[in-house]
Amino acid sequence: MTPIFAIAAPGVVMLVAVVLIILALVYYLVSVIVALRRIVGGLDGVIASVGEIVEKTKPVNEVVLDINNNLDAGVDLLEGLLVKKAGLSDAMGLVEGLYPGAAAQGLRNFPESKDVVPPRIGEVYTRGTLTLARLGREAPIALGNPAGPALRDIEGGSLAARELYPEVRQTRPPSLPRSPVIGTDAPEQYERRDDIGKPRKRLPGRT
Amino acid sequence: MTLWWIGSLLLLLVILPVVIYLLHGVLRAAKSIVPSVDRIAAAAAAGSKDLDAVPLLLTTQDQVRTTVEVVANYGGSLDVIVDDAEEAAR
Repeated sequence: MTPIFAIAAPGVVMLVAVVLIILALVYYLVSVIVALRRIVGGLDGVIASVGEIVEKTKPVNEVVLDINNNLDAGVDLLEGLLVKKAGLSDAMGLVEGLYPGAAAQGLRNFPESKDVVPPRIGEVYTRGTLTLARLGREAPIALGNPAGPALRDIEGGSLAARELYPEVRQTRPPSLPRSPVIGTDAPEQYERRDDIGKPRKRLPGRT
Repeated sequence: MTLWWIGSLLLLLVILPVVIYLLHGVLRAAKSIVPSVDRIAAAAAAGSKDLDAVPLLLTTQDQVRTTVEVVANYGGSLDVIVDDAEEAAR
């Protein structure tokens, strides 16, 4: 009996060890499989979302490039117009006045603008102000420089001002009603009042 | 017999813990990936939702084009109305 038990005991231990190893393998591998399936499910969601992102962003590049090209054209236009009309120095002063610190970056199409010391321009006149100023100087719009002398029509200047009033005389009619004749020879004679030249009567209630 | 015992005990006391340790490491790594994947999926879904406004870029494109055209016309008029800086300096 003893040898049989002696042979069986290590066998049982080994059998238990093998069974435990198999159980551990099953437990952990099943757990890993479950985790991997969850990962696969998550990755499926990621792939679907990324696919949507790819679809949605497909036209973005072309559209943004077109927008940038249009904006570049607008910037080129405005920079060129500003420098042409105001001069580079005043243009930089205007830019600095509107956006403090922006003059240091310079204009994109005028690299030399970075070297310009922007003058201090305290006021920026709007188009309306400029137009009113020019009208006030009786200057036809777009004919003169507001910085220059006033453009006045010397010969017709007063007539232009008088025509602003609704007076019959400005229409230059062939005949106007005559003025009333006064004096002793006037056709219409009035009696002289007796109270003229005498002290004024006191009004009642005043002391 | 002795070798039989040694082999059995080795299997029970060494091999089994090592196997369990290694499998546990694999399981822990696999489980640690799950929340990351979930966060990535949520982020991708949110990113996709954020891009719902992308078609509005077409409207923006048209608006920018129109604006630049208006600016060009306005600039052309200003070019006629306002004197150049060189002429004003004279």
